[in-house]
Amino acid sequence: MRVTIEINGRTVTDEVEDRTLLVHFVRENAGLTATNIGCDTTSCGACTVLLDGESVKSCTVLAAQADGHKVTTLEGLSGPDGEQHPLQRSFREQHGLQCGFCTPGMIMASASLLAHNPKPTRDEVREGLEGNLCRCTGYHNIVSAVIEASGQEVDR
Amino acid sequence: MSIVGTRVVRVEDEKLITTGGTYIEDLREEALTGAVHAMFVRSPIAHARITSIDTSEALAAPGVVAVYTAEDIDLAPGAAGPVAEPWLADGVVRYVGQPVALVLTQERYQLADAAELVDVDYEPLDAVASIDAALSDETVIFPEHGSNLMQEHGHEFDDNAFADCEVVITETIVNQRVAPAPLEVRGAACVWGEDGRLTFWPSTQNPQMARTIIAAGLGVGEESVHVITPDVGGGFGAKIGADPDAVVIAWASRKAGRAVRWSETRSENMTAMTHGRAQQNTVTVGGRRDGTILAFRLDIVQDAGAYPRTLFLPTLTELMASGVYHFPKVEARSRGVVTNTTPISAYRGAGRPEATAAIERAMDLFAAEIGMDPAEVRKVNFIRPDEFPYQTPTGAVYDTGEYAQALDKVLENAGYTELRAEQARRRDSGDPVALGLGLATYVEITGGDGGGESGRVDIHADGSVTAYTGSSPHGQGLDTTLAMLLSDQLGVPMDRITVRHGDTDEVPKGVGTFGSRSLQLGGSAVRQAADEVIERAKQVAAELLEASTDDMELNAEAGMWQVRGAPSSRTVTWAQVAEKAGEGQLSADVWFDKGTPTFPFGAHLAVVEVDTLTGKVVLRRLVALDDAGPVVNPVTFTGQRHGGLGQGAAQALLEVMNYDADGNPTTATLADYSFITATELPDFELLDMATPTDRNLLGVKGIGEAATIGSTPAVHNAVVDALSHLGVKHIDMPTTPMRVWQALARVREAD
Ligand code: FES
Ligand code: FES
Repeated sequence: MRVTIEINGRTVTDEVEDRTLLVHFVRENAGLTATNIGCDTTSCGACTVLLDGESVKSCTVLAAQADGHKVTTLEGLSGPDGEQHPLQRSFREQHGLQCGFCTPGMIMASASLLAHNPKPTRDEVREGLEGNLCRCTGYHNIVSAVIEASGQEVDR
Repeated sequence: MSIVGTRVVRVEDEKLITTGGTYIEDLREEALTGAVHAMFVRSPIAHARITSIDTSEALAAPGVVAVYTAEDIDLAPGAAGPVAEPWLADGVVRYVGQPVALVLTQERYQLADAAELVDVDYEPLDAVASIDAALSDETVIFPEHGSNLMQEHGHEFDDNAFADCEVVITETIVNQRVAPAPLEVRGAACVWGEDGRLTFWPSTQNPQMARTIIAAGLGVGEESVHVITPDVGGGFGAKIGADPDAVVIAWASRKAGRAVRWSETRSENMTAMTHGRAQQNTVTVGGRRDGTILAFRLDIVQDAGAYPRTLFLPTLTELMASGVYHFPKVEARSRGVVTNTTPISAYRGAGRPEATAAIERAMDLFAAEIGMDPAEVRKVNFIRPDEFPYQTPTGAVYDTGEYAQALDKVLENAGYTELRAEQARRRDSGDPVALGLGLATYVEITGGDGGGESGRVDIHADGSVTAYTGSSPHGQGLDTTLAMLLSDQLGVPMDRITVRHGDTDEVPKGVGTFGSRSLQLGGSAVRQAADEVIERAKQVAAELLEASTDDMELNAEAGMWQVRGAPSSRTVTWAQVAEKAGEGQLSADVWFDKGTPTFPFGAHLAVVEVDTLTGKVVLRRLVALDDAGPVVNPVTFTGQRHGGLGQGAAQALLEVMNYDADGNPTTATLADYSFITATELPDFELLDMATPTDRNLLGVKGIGEAATIGSTPAVHNAVVDALSHLGVKHIDMPTTPMRVWQALARVREAD
């Protein structure tokens, strides 16, 4: 079947199998490989993207379901002039990543979290990111990164 | 001011936070265009004879390029060891997840369809699914070996070892099997060139070792294999070298004459990538009622899984058996057995966490028995600072340590006295939510392999620097750390320094990243190379400045060469020196060969709340001091500690890889496996201390695994401590609500 998805402001139209997952469409058809796949049970969140502004695990959405919708991935987060999103800056500043594999999903989930709760507490960040697994950081610095991006003081 | 020791954000992060890294699945190399996709057909049964494999239906399925079984493989049998591990199961399968066949298809989505159609007939055999079943030898997994016991090592036990003790405690402590579960699963891509040379991109912790293993497996010379490591999404010990699967992929690519891409699924990863820990340890500790411990015994049984790949783990546990303590008598022995489960290998700490978990639990058991505070018992028995270098009865030679000071700092900063008072108040008031305090003081071994590392430094004609390291970071931030060291040493700004690694043509010699070895060995190698370059540059600078070589000095603050004591006008830059020398001349390629292990140490305190009605444990605080000598970059140093604390706490609280009695894994997806999330962890509280070592050029010790080693027993001890007033003496990890609740039910019943 033929699907058309606006990804990071660019329209991508392609012929796919009915069962093609959104994450594969993003990675293979649109060629955007920041979004990662870490599991096969919707557990890890590595594949998190924004679908019409809401975070979804793109391994659990069919490309067909996203037909006619807007998707934002990590690559689409920087401004047109290349200026980085506050989360991109804060993840680096707070050392919120190590191997970086969970990072695209983490940042997208955090973007959605902040959209709903602009000034979260550390505990609210922890709860908000419960669906995103990280094996490297122990989460402490990820929480700090989200706090910093929200404009609040980070108590290191 | 020196950049070393200051907070420097990582140079690695730019691409990771904008376009993502380039992991195996992201490779868009031209040579891989048209690559076929590979998937293993894996055994769904723990122990069975394969009576037939029919591949005809699979071969006829859409897009199928080839289906290979053991029959097709024309390679010499797998790596040496007590028993050989076949590349693909040959006649018998011995664990769920063992590769039986390999399917190649044109498109990724055709893989699972085709793999389903490979028809394997299994005749089940009795499964050996536990250490006890293995030791009984009722079913012997390798009849030709005669027994499931694959290795015995260590001390003979002395019947009189505990004769002088007023108190003797014995407990069997299970150090449960856990899954390393890096977020990026295993994968590879490869292609054979027309020159007969293989290019292989693996997700590995050490490309040079991967090259050696792949070349040996294929029976070709190492020069025929070019390994390139892209970004690696975590390893934790389970990506050391290359698994047999990688050799099969390289072989299949040659056989099919096609470029091949392979990426396992998470469910495959959970059963087919090696697991960690899996020891059953019996501790016996004896001493006097004043807290002095006179004798300690550790009897280790390692479940090696179906193929004993790494029986070095229990011997490392033996080596570190007595921890931070000076006991007059220490005995440790180990046995390694095979079972019908996934093979065991290194996992963050590899053998040392198991030793620490055993001794630190034993210290608490002893303290409880004599009614002394666990902190006091530790202090009575610590190795004192004036005893270093200290040779342990099991053969480790510790370099430096300040164990009592580390513990005191933790106790003071955490408010230990007040916490104990609060615990007493809660107990007195009958609060159903019990407070538990858990201590662990640990010493660990880094660079324990004793090997060296390669380092190369080139100064280019424009004054920029390229460094090459045989270490192979995969999230540790070593690029930044090495650039900081070089910037400090050479006086060249960070942004003029590039660190390269992971390509065996660029860095032919190397050992890689595991055992927390990279900074102490890889860093020392780069330092040594830079020292050599400085020596060479000295002569060139002398010519430029028409001075004697002996009078030349590098002003590392300014990054300038000058004549000692001369006015500052008489200086030349690195670029001037390098240009004069000629491109390629200011270069040194070294092997740092003083790979003597070092012994970081620390003290951790965990505070937990345990709901005695439901068994639920909440980790409230984790206060950690990890001393690994001088710190190069507090950013990555802290990050390594955080990660370690999280993983260590996860083992104590939640994580376990379970099998049923027939050897079926019951936690084989991330939906079943209790991978720790952000909600179960607190903000970590870190304390600093830096005791240097004299065993390398930097005075540093490793930090990659330390915090995992300390946090597991600290959290574990805290849970037991919370329930001690109710009569609970020990609960095996993970201390899940069910386990806690059952332990409480048992003491209530006994009353
Ligand atoms: S890959 Fe989508 S949740 Fe894991
Ligand atoms: S940074 Fe490695 S998984 Fe999160």
